[in-house]
Amino acid sequence: MTDQRQTHSDRGRIRITGFDSDRVTEREPLSDWTDGTSGETVGRWRRGLQRFKRNWSAMGALAIVVLMSLIAFFARPIEVYGFLIQPFALAPYDPTTIIYFTEDPSVGIYDPPSREYPMGIDGSGRDLFSRILVGGRYSISIGFIVVGLTASFGLIYGAISGYYGGNVDELMMRIVDTIFAFPGLILALIIVAILGGGYWQLVLAFSLFGWAGYGRLVRGEVLQIKENEYVLAAKALGARDRSVVFRHIAPNAMPPLIVLASLNIGSVVIGVAALGFLGLGMDPSTAEWGTMLDETRETLIQGPGGQIPWWATVYPGAAIFTFVMSMNLIGDGINDALDAQQTGVGRGGDD
Amino acid sequence: MSLQRFILKRVLSVIPILFGVSVITFGLFHLTPGDPVSQLVALNPDVSPADEARLRERWGLSGPVWEQYLTWITNVMVGDFGQELRTGRDVSAIVWRRLPETIALGVFGWVFALVIAIPTGIYAAVNKDRLGDTVSRFIALSGISIPNFWLGLMLILIFSMYLGLFPVLAPSRLPLYHPDMLWYLILPGVTIGTAAAASIMRVMRTSMTEELNKEYVTAARAKGLPERTVILKHVLRNSLISVVTLAATLTAGIVAGSVVVEVVFNWPGLGREFIAAIDSREINIVMAITLFTGFFVILANLVADILYAALDPRIRYD
Repeated sequence: MTDQRQTHSDRGRIRITGFDSDRVTEREPLSDWTDGTSGETVGRWRRGLQRFKRNWSAMGALAIVVLMSLIAFFARPIEVYGFLIQPFALAPYDPTTIIYFTEDPSVGIYDPPSREYPMGIDGSGRDLFSRILVGGRYSISIGFIVVGLTASFGLIYGAISGYYGGNVDELMMRIVDTIFAFPGLILALIIVAILGGGYWQLVLAFSLFGWAGYGRLVRGEVLQIKENEYVLAAKALGARDRSVVFRHIAPNAMPPLIVLASLNIGSVVIGVAALGFLGLGMDPSTAEWGTMLDETRETLIQGPGGQIPWWATVYPGAAIFTFVMSMNLIGDGINDALDAQQTGVGRGGDD
Repeated sequence: MSLQRFILKRVLSVIPILFGVSVITFGLFHLTPGDPVSQLVALNPDVSPADEARLRERWGLSGPVWEQYLTWITNVMVGDFGQELRTGRDVSAIVWRRLPETIALGVFGWVFALVIAIPTGIYAAVNKDRLGDTVSRFIALSGISIPNFWLGLMLILIFSMYLGLFPVLAPSRLPLYHPDMLWYLILPGVTIGTAAAASIMRVMRTSMTEELNKEYVTAARAKGLPERTVILKHVLRNSLISVVTLAATLTAGIVAGSVVVEVVFNWPGLGREFIAAIDSREINIVMAITLFTGFFVILANLVADILYAALDPRIRYD
């Protein structure tokens, strides 16, 4: 840095000396800086994606979630108002088919797993394997719908509360505090008890108050973000409140929201199954994981003929557990990937 | 602001939330189609419209909604939750009788969670990124992911049915304080405490790794203190503060969990009563338990906040 280049004579050009990358000859050997990395800055999302891809447990979990969702979708043909929109059938039997009536009279209720019926027969003589495959439809789709609805509403709610502050904020946060006084499952139970079971009733039961957590989280983020200078700049340039909130503030509150949302999908799935288990979810004969557990609960203590049909309890619960565990691994992975405190792409990153 | 003033302010801030909780509880049941009377009438077609009107009058369900709310809330404030619709038994008596069972379950769950989670959390933080840490993190994540009702069923299947270690149902119910009851309490208590244990373990690990990087740890080590003393006396204390912040959330989780776990283990507490009341449309019991749950969670939050303020003198409230 000794022989400074002759300054160009272009007038009015601002030139910063001393930071010219061509001119720096010595560098702290421990810093990761190389000439190649100096040029481009990597956006938060791109870097997050790169980091997520390197997290083998999260990637494995993602594969499981995708696989389970696809299996649930393709398990049996789906008809919507008489139109066949999905003709494939991975499951060998319809989940409501009673095997000894229509297929094979030698099959009894609670027959143990065999080659033909890999997960055994349930208490009404239906093929458990087919029911497990189809069973994901309800819990998984409700999980995604509820989280989509509640996270969007919570984002808007929290953004408004945090941005306007003052009395608006005070009132809106008191409402959130009040909702927080009830465990979510209790509220969902009451709503389903009032409305009755069913798919959309379950969606409503978990959505009606489920947004409060997102609201509080986003509000906290917005309180920090709105102090940034670019927000002031946007306001100074005459941007309206709505555009400041949704173009400049809300996008920056997204990473923690996404982490919370990904972790919440699992808890909604457990909640739906829990209501099913308590006999308040879907219609009692529905092939939904929690409802299936409810049907066979009594047999655990006193099975037919003194034998315990463990398969009827183990498999539906294992299905819920596998899905929720994978969802939580993904959530943890996203959390690590989007963590703004960390820089770099991870161990041994060369890009 | 001094600690006393903070506590006073925090206690006062509970009042609007309590009001909100009562409004939500009331609104859920009274702004939806089908009030208790019409539900009762639907079950019993012999009731004449005159009887129906008389019932409404007696239960304070005639008149505008705000008037009904006022009648209800004044009764609640003096501890009158009304009667069980079919038998006429006093609802608050039912709640008080069931409450100790649920408290016993919850306390056992909490103790179990702390006993398991704190040592494992310390172990994981000290052995960060080694095999033991990876394994315990995986187990903790499983503990969060496992549905509690299925965990309960699996524990019954393994420990009661196959190994025969624990009785499932007390054949003739003993009083709760009988020492034998502890044996019946273990499986449901473990079931209810698992999720809390897993969450505490994760938080312990994170906060402890953070604390271990601080300078006072280096100072303590440089002083020549044995590693055991450094961890257990200096680091552990500071890490436990973050567990306190989690306590209220976990208590709410245990309250919600008790509903499901009591059904699995046929435990005669508030949760099972709640489900039974929902099934038989005993609206007064459902409302009483809902309100009670809300109050309890608010109280847990309050205690956690005050404890947090008292434990960490650096925090200033204004």
